[in-house]
Amino acid sequence: MTRSLRRYLSLHAQSFASAAASLARQPIATLMTALVIAIALALPAGLRVLVGNASSIVGSWDTAVDFSAYLAAAVAPERAREIAEDIRRRADVEAVRLVTPDEALADFRARSGFGEALDALGENPLPYTLVVRPASGAAGDVEGIAAALREIDEVELVQLDTEWVERLRALLGLAARVLDVITALLAVGVALVVGNTIRLEILNRAAEIEVIKLVGGTDAFIRRPFLYLGLFYGFAGAVGAAVLIAVVLELLAEPTAAVAALYGSDFRLAGLSAGDAAVLFAGGALLGLAGAALATARHLRAIEPR
Amino acid sequence: MIRFENVSKRYPGGREALRGVSFHLERGEMAFLTGPSGAGKSTLLKLVTLIEKPTRGTVIVNGQNTSRLSRRAIPRFRQRIGVVFQDHKLLYDRSVFDNVALPLVILGLGPREIERRVRAALDLVGLLGHERDAPITLSTGEQQRVGIARAVASRPDILVADEPTGNLDPELSLEIMRLFERFNEVGVTLLIATHDLDLIERFDKRRLRLVDGLIESDTAAPGRAA
Ligand SMILES: Nc1ncnc2c1ncn2[C@@H]1O[C@H](COP(=O)(O)OP(=O)(O)O)[C@@H](O)[C@H]1O
Ligand SMILES: [Mg+2]
Repeated sequence: MTRSLRRYLSLHAQSFASAAASLARQPIATLMTALVIAIALALPAGLRVLVGNASSIVGSWDTAVDFSAYLAAAVAPERAREIAEDIRRRADVEAVRLVTPDEALADFRARSGFGEALDALGENPLPYTLVVRPASGAAGDVEGIAAALREIDEVELVQLDTEWVERLRALLGLAARVLDVITALLAVGVALVVGNTIRLEILNRAAEIEVIKLVGGTDAFIRRPFLYLGLFYGFAGAVGAAVLIAVVLELLAEPTAAVAALYGSDFRLAGLSAGDAAVLFAGGALLGLAGAALATARHLRAIEPR
Repeated sequence: MIRFENVSKRYPGGREALRGVSFHLERGEMAFLTGPSGAGKSTLLKLVTLIEKPTRGTVIVNGQNTSRLSRRAIPRFRQRIGVVFQDHKLLYDRSVFDNVALPLVILGLGPREIERRVRAALDLVGLLGHERDAPITLSTGEQQRVGIARAVASRPDILVADEPTGNLDPELSLEIMRLFERFNEVGVTLLIATHDLDLIERFDKRRLRLVDGLIESDTAAPGRAA
């Protein structure tokens, strides 16, 4: 190692030790500050995880453009099969599945959990249903098939499930934008919290800073432990945020699985991906550093030996 | 080594603490700065350590005109000057070792070199073995000696001390002054402010007497006087 590099490393080691010592001196205060930062970071990061989960659900519906056409209750089985056959012959239709009232009832019973209520009804209230799979997912094609179905007298209702999927997708897009704003605001908040903590630390150590300046400490030397302190607070806050998110997801895991089961899905909440975690840790550390840089730039200069 | 040329210092809103002071302290010289309280002794030393800058005149320390030094250049300038304060100005949340090591850490010395020099400095002031102590557990005299060890650990060219024996009994005061004399013997330039005339009577050194911001007398070491 060259002399200057050794000198550089030794100075950093000393600054780091000094920062660590000042944290250890007031463990409770340190913990509280880290916790505040953790919560501020966990909020946007956690919401991002939730929106990510919701998007992945909606995204999995991309291919599921099947839609349903309900026939009138009185339609005879032969007529129902005829209509299904007519539609199936269209070039823009890939497949049609005819669901009998009995099948529909059995399915509903199994999925909804309202079995006993249905038993009380006595008679099956459900009509024949055509589940149509268009050849393409293009909106125009789907509308064309739907229009043709509506022309048929016995078709009572055409339900285009895709509409609400589109709406939900738009809402999720909006939520993502709102999240960006929240993230930006809370990022500024984290930098300010760290900055304020560092400012107090600087004021607490004014006498020490004076002495260091008197014996020839450079601005960089004096600044360094405070920058390490900011870096630590940011990073510790990010680790705390990751833990908070993991705990909340763990608490939500069982209820989510129960709801998913009702919809016949084996959907599981996804946690922070490795990439997300890396962004969170790096982001937290950088925000802490930025806050400390801000505080030192503003307050160190004012402390001069008298 | 330290040259004042017609130096005046007026504090903002205050009266003139120094009024046209001139003197020259040669390399390797040792001098006492005396005078009544309020005469301007501390102000003069602050001009040497660049805590203050002169309002008029020139202060040249170690060949550098202090008025021309930029803010960024001040730390390096101070690294070559050792300072001892009446109130020690120790860091009370750090050990004796860390206090003495501070200027060496600032110089960026390696841990082994720091250890060696800290022990040498503590040995000089008779505090070897107290490295791990907290300064608060030491007596005032011992604390002052820690301050002196810190000032000399980096082997500065110049050492200035403002009332270094102000809080000490005569015996300890004498001991501390003897210590300064020994630094002088190895070539350090010293300027020591004190109002303890009885004490400096016992040393054969130059005396600058300040009164009301003016140098009233500048007497060479009595023993060397013609
Ligand atoms: N920071 C200051 N602001 C204003 N006046 C000051 C300041 N420091 C010292 N003085 C004034 O300058 C004069 C000289 O003070 P000082 O240099 O401390 O004298 P000494 O050390 O000889 O007692 C005194 O009148 C004192 O009140
Ligand atoms: Mg004074």
